[in-house]
Amino acid sequence: MKKLLSVLPLLAVVIGIHFLASATDTMYYLTQMTMSAYYALLIIGLCVLMGYAGQISLGHAGFFAIGGYLSAALTTHSLVSYQDNAVVSFLDSAGMLLAGHDLYGEAILVVSPWAACIVAVCTAAIIAVVIGIPVLKLKGHYLAMATLGFGIIIYRVALALEYFGEADGISEVPAFVLLPGLSVSGNFSDRVQNYYIAWGLLLIGMVLLLNLIDSRVGRALRGIHGSDEAADAMGVNTSGFKLQTFVLSAVFAAIAGVFLTHYNGGIGPSEAGVMKSVRYVAIVAVGGMAHLWGALLMGIVLNFLSLRGVFGSYDDAVFGLILILIMLFAPNGILSLNIRHRLKQLLGRGKTDKEGEV
Amino acid sequence: MLKIRNLASGYGKIKVLKNISMHVNPGEIVTIIGANGAGKTTLLSTIAGLVKANSGEAEFKGTNILKTKAAAIPGLGCVMVPEGRQVFATMTVEENLLLGGHVLQKEGNRFLSRLMDYQYELFPILRDRRDQLAGTLSGGEQQMLAMGRALMSKPSLVMMDEPSTGLAPLIVKEIFQIIVRLRDEGNTVLLVEQNAKAALGIADRGYVLETGKVILQGPADDLLANQDVQRAYLGREKND
Repeated sequence: MKKLLSVLPLLAVVIGIHFLASATDTMYYLTQMTMSAYYALLIIGLCVLMGYAGQISLGHAGFFAIGGYLSAALTTHSLVSYQDNAVVSFLDSAGMLLAGHDLYGEAILVVSPWAACIVAVCTAAIIAVVIGIPVLKLKGHYLAMATLGFGIIIYRVALALEYFGEADGISEVPAFVLLPGLSVSGNFSDRVQNYYIAWGLLLIGMVLLLNLIDSRVGRALRGIHGSDEAADAMGVNTSGFKLQTFVLSAVFAAIAGVFLTHYNGGIGPSEAGVMKSVRYVAIVAVGGMAHLWGALLMGIVLNFLSLRGVFGSYDDAVFGLILILIMLFAPNGILSLNIRHRLKQLLGRGKTDKEGEV
Repeated sequence: MLKIRNLASGYGKIKVLKNISMHVNPGEIVTIIGANGAGKTTLLSTIAGLVKANSGEAEFKGTNILKTKAAAIPGLGCVMVPEGRQVFATMTVEENLLLGGHVLQKEGNRFLSRLMDYQYELFPILRDRRDQLAGTLSGGEQQMLAMGRALMSKPSLVMMDEPSTGLAPLIVKEIFQIIVRLRDEGNTVLLVEQNAKAALGIADRGYVLETGKVILQGPADDLLANQDVQRAYLGREKND
């Protein structure tokens, strides 16, 4: 409950941005804010895994892509020619398929977005379990490399399979009708409601994670971060908690992938790329690793700038540079820099000998 | 309470413990002394499930703990205060204590906070430092925190690995007084120490470990009086 209250100011900011954009006639900003919110959803999940449980993942773009690609493929590829297949007719009778017409007026039969979303997220969770059990036994660099390998596999699979559109990706992804009158889509008329859908989802995710890290589980995770063995000796099931956190963050990534794909109306292989994973890790680091609010803020700000094209063709280079600078100068995140304190030190040097430690 | 028979264990090809048999009865302090590399820490780690046993039996309150996962052993009531303290440096004193009570969460928060008050009474300095990060504590304070953290799981057996390491003599004395107090309040302690004199001074019984074997055992007073022990571990010559 207390956590619910703590995100209320954020809700006010979200509404404030909407009014500001509408007052200044810059509603187009809401599009990037919507997309940033979905990326931030992935990033806060990754933040719990990296910052709290202390397990790095360089493969989270892979989970995002599993969510996005599966929901895109299932909701676009027509099953008309398989209509006689027992599985397809069962799905149809279970109400999980949608009939319609494509651009050229031909009859199509696709999986409904709700069903596709559930399949996509569950698949991501299952893959996270299968990958996580062996990989989470590794530590440090080895874990980073193993998850990196996973990310590369997903990228290559997306690029190679015709089902996933090879280098073109999948386009023409239909709208995701959440409730009658409420749908995730890129239509201009739906821009405002999509802005609120994305931020609503992000706020829910934030409340869940804030509660999680403030609980017994959160304490256990931080214990694991400190020392696997000492946590084990306290009766913390370290491998279980690591796996659960890994799966949880994968689910967050997959949900972000599903929603953003419906919002964009498509997905391409670059979403699965290794540089995307590096970017997510960089953003969590800038936010201060074990700092959910920092991750959220940086997730929004940096993705927004990137999506607005501020970094131009140096986009990936900028995130690489950010990662280097953060590691060198602010390993505890940019919020920990305590700029006022630093300035005071610079101006009034000598007086504050004791405060050397930051 | 704890019964170990013919236990052998080690790390991969390196066999550290060979054929150890020992037991701990409820309400006593049992100490294991021995030189560096005798296998004292390996013995505790094997009991705690952190090191896999090669053969033998170990039973804690009727449960075969060699087949139990490390994380499940504190739940049985057997908890370790690890060597070098290993407090969670980036967490506060209070969070460390609460994490120690991880296995008791079912009992509810009020139960845990009452248990925490008990630790604060045992170690008043921890109360003053409750909101401080554990990494900023002194060595003695960290040792007290590691003990308090272990006690937060209301164990029936506390295993302590070298609690005197790196501490000033005065602090060591204080720590050992607390161990005695724990015993007097009905706790059972298995104490591994290099500081043989201090350990035998407070223990009820002792085992002397040498190269992975128990070479001597008996009441602590007998061991203190034993000439071999005196020569090897207490630094006294025969005619001292």
